[in-house]
Amino acid sequence: MNRRIKVALIGNPNTGKSSVFNLLTGLQQKTGNYPGITVEKKEGYCRLTKGVSATIFDLPGTYSLNASSLDENLVIELLMNRKHADFPELAVIVADIENIKRNLLLFTQIKDLGIPSILVVNMSDRMIRKGISLDVEKMEEELNTKIVLTSTLKKEGIQTLKNEIANYSQLEHSPCLDFRSIDPDYFASLQKTFPKQSIYKLWLVITQDVNFANIDRNTIQSTDGDHTRSVSFLKRLQQRETIKRYQFINEVLKKCLQINREQATDFQSRLDRVLTHRFWGYVIFFVVLFTIFQAIYDWSSYPMDAIDSAFVSMSEWAKTNLPSWFVPKLIAEGVIPGLGGVAIFIPQIAILFVFISILEETGYMSRVVFLMDRVLRRFGLSGKSVVPLISGTACAIPAIMATRNIENWKERLITILVTPFTTCSARLPVYLILIALVIPDTRFLGANMQGLVLMGLYLLGFGMALAAAYVLQLVLKLPHKTAFVVEMPNYRIPILRNIGITVYNKTKSFVLEAGKIILAISVLLWVLASNGPSSSFGQAEAIFGADQELTQAELEQKISAYKLEKSYLGQVGKFIEPAIAPLGYDWKIGIAIVSSFAAREVFVGTLATIYNVGTDEEDTIKNRMADEVHPDGKPVFTLASGMSLMIFYAFAMQCMSTLAIVRKETNSWKWPTIQLAVMTLVAYLAAFATFQVL
Amino acid sequence: MTLAQLKKGEKAVVEDLNTDFVPLKLIEMGCLPGNTIELLQLAPFKDPLFLNVNGAQVAIRRETAEHIQVKIVAA
Ligand SMILES: Nc1nc2c(ncn2[C@@H]2O[C@H](COP(=O)(O)OP(=O)(O)O)[C@@H](O)[C@H]2O)c(=O)[nH]1
Ligand SMILES: [Mg+2]
Repeated sequence: MNRRIKVALIGNPNTGKSSVFNLLTGLQQKTGNYPGITVEKKEGYCRLTKGVSATIFDLPGTYSLNASSLDENLVIELLMNRKHADFPELAVIVADIENIKRNLLLFTQIKDLGIPSILVVNMSDRMIRKGISLDVEKMEEELNTKIVLTSTLKKEGIQTLKNEIANYSQLEHSPCLDFRSIDPDYFASLQKTFPKQSIYKLWLVITQDVNFANIDRNTIQSTDGDHTRSVSFLKRLQQRETIKRYQFINEVLKKCLQINREQATDFQSRLDRVLTHRFWGYVIFFVVLFTIFQAIYDWSSYPMDAIDSAFVSMSEWAKTNLPSWFVPKLIAEGVIPGLGGVAIFIPQIAILFVFISILEETGYMSRVVFLMDRVLRRFGLSGKSVVPLISGTACAIPAIMATRNIENWKERLITILVTPFTTCSARLPVYLILIALVIPDTRFLGANMQGLVLMGLYLLGFGMALAAAYVLQLVLKLPHKTAFVVEMPNYRIPILRNIGITVYNKTKSFVLEAGKIILAISVLLWVLASNGPSSSFGQAEAIFGADQELTQAELEQKISAYKLEKSYLGQVGKFIEPAIAPLGYDWKIGIAIVSSFAAREVFVGTLATIYNVGTDEEDTIKNRMADEVHPDGKPVFTLASGMSLMIFYAFAMQCMSTLAIVRKETNSWKWPTIQLAVMTLVAYLAAFATFQVL
Repeated sequence: MTLAQLKKGEKAVVEDLNTDFVPLKLIEMGCLPGNTIELLQLAPFKDPLFLNVNGAQVAIRRETAEHIQVKIVAA
C-alpha cells in the first residue's frame, strides 16, 4: 500500500519553513508558479515511513490569515478551497521559539479553519542561550495538538516530525476561539443565516478579498447585507478578534513557557545600533554594495572566460566534424553559440543570488529597507523597492517578482515599471565589448578608464530608474494608503545548505527561461541570415565567379559578404538603416538591434554570427568589429557611435521575458506596452543626443 | 500623545489606535492597547520608526505612528 499525504508548511516569514522543507525533501524539489500569478510555488517529495510518503508544499511566509499581500492571499485561497488540487490534508505550522507568541496567532487561525495541524517549534538550539524553557506536553494538551521541537541548524527533530506527519489522522481538530465572545449578536446572527457554514470561514470571506468555492462575499451581501456593514466596523471586530486570540495564547503560554530575561541587552540590539545608525548604517550599506559588485566581477571573470572558450571550441569542433547539411550546420552555427550566450551569464547570476540570499538569510535586508524607505519614498518608491533594484542588476525577472511584498499598489507599480532600467547582466556583454572597442585602456586619476565607464553605466541605470520613478509618481494618480510594516528579524548566521539550494533553484530557472528564448532567436537568425530572396541571393557565385583576379579566399569572402547583405536578415537591416543612421549605426548593427529586441544578450551573438558569416579566419570578434568600415572607409565603431550604442542599450526595453512578467504582475497589457514604448523612445533620443554631441 | 512623538529610547504603553489607519498586520504583531512599545531607532527625517512592539521588532512609517495613542512609561 502506497500513500501520499499532502502537507503544507505554513508559518510567519523567517521561522525556518524553507529550512525544514529543505531537510524534509533534500534536492527532490520542484519550483514553479501558481497558475496565473507569479507567486513562487515550491513542492517537494519526502519519504516518511515504510509505504507512506508526502508531497510537501513550502508556502510563502504569512503573518496571519488576514492577507495584506499577494503571497498571503495565495495561502488563504489554498486553505479555504477544498477543491484546490493542492489542498493540504495536513498543515504543519512552523514557529520560532523566540517569537512563539506572535507565531501562535497564525496557528490558532489555521486550527479554527478545521484543518488537521501539527505545530513545529523551530530554532530549539537557541533556547539555552536565551534562557527559554518550554513544557511541550503541557502545551500539546492546552492547544490540543501535536508539537515537534526542531532545530534545522542541528538537524534535530526531523525524524520525529516525519513520524507525526505519517500519523496525522489521529490529530484532533477543535477550534481555539469562540467567535461569539467577540460580538455575540453579530456572530450569532451570521451563524443563523448560514447554519451549514463554519463561522470562521464566513468571517474570512467577509473580511478578505479572496475567492472561496462554496460561498462568496456577494452571496453573503445579498442574503443579509447587514453582515458586510462598514469597513470601519469590520476592522474594529478584527481588532477584537486579535485581542481575543492573544488572550487565549497568553493563557496557554503562562502555563508552559518560561523565559529568563537576564541577557536582555544582547548582541542583537548592539548590532542594530550600528547597522541602522543614521550615518554609519548608510556607510556600511554602501560598503556592502560595493563589495558585492566587486566580487561579482572579480570572481566571475574566470568561469566566464572558461565557458566562453568552451563554447567556441565546441562550435569549431562541430563546424569541422559534422556533415554540412542543414541540421548539423544549424547546430554548429546557430544553436551552440546561442546556448553559449546564456551559459556565460551563469557565474554572475549565481554569485549575485548568493549575495542576495545571504543578505536575506542574515536578516540584514530588512535593515536596508528601514534605512532606504524615506529616501526612496521621495521618488515614489518604497524601502522595499531596494530588493528589486539590487536584484535587477542580475536580471529584471526575479527582481520584478520580488516586488510582491510591497503592500502599496502605487509604490509597487512604480517599482515594476522602473526596475528594467537597472543594469541587468544581459547588458554586460554588450557594454564589455563596446568598452573594449572604443574606450582607451588608460588611467584616469589612477583608476582604469574602462572600469570607470562601466561603473558610470551602472550608476546611469540606477539614476534613470530613480528619475523615471520620480516622474511616474507625479503622473500616476492612484489612491495611496500606507500599510508599511516591516519585521526586523533577529540576525542569524545563514545556513549554507539553504543558500546552496536557493541559488541552485533560482539559477536553474533563469537559465531555462532565458535559454528557451535565446535558443529560438538564434535559430531564427541563422535561418534568416543563410537564406534570401532567390533572385538576388542566388546570384553571388555568378557575379563574382567571373572575376579572375580574385584568389580563392577573397572570392569566398566576397561571396559570403554579398550573401549576407542580400539575405532576409540583411534586407531587414537595410530597411531600418535610415532610422538608425542618425544614431551612428550601419545596417549590420541594425540587424543586431532588431534581433536583440527580444533579448538584449543576443546582440553580441548576432554580431558574432554576422561577422562570422563574412570571414573564415579564426579571429576574435573584437578585432573584426574594429576592422569594420563604412563604405567611405571610416571605421564603424568610434567613440561617438560606441557610446551612443551603449546609451541605447542602457535605456531600451529589449527583453521579451520582462514584458511577459510585467504583464503577469500588473495583470494588464497596458503597462508593458507603455513601458516598451517609453523606454524605446527614451533610448532612441538619448542615443541620438550622445552621437550628435560626441 | 501619539507614538510619532516618542523619542529614541523611550517606552510607552498603547492606549488606543485608529483601526482605519493602522494596518491589521501591525495590530497582529502585538500593537494592541495595554502592550508596551519601545522606540529603538529613527531613520533620518525621523521616518520610519524602528520599534520593539511587545517583543517583536518592526519598522513602520511616521504617518502610521500618528494614529496610535500612547502613554510614556518610566524606562
Ligand atoms: N539558529 C537557527 N537558525 C535557523 C534554524 N532554522 C532556520 N534558521 C535560520 O533562520 C533564517 C530563516 O530561515 P528560512 O528557512 O529561510 O525561513 P522561512 O522564511 O520561514 O522560509 C535563516 O537565516 C536560517 O538560517 C534553526 O533551527 N536554528
Ligand atoms: Mg522561505
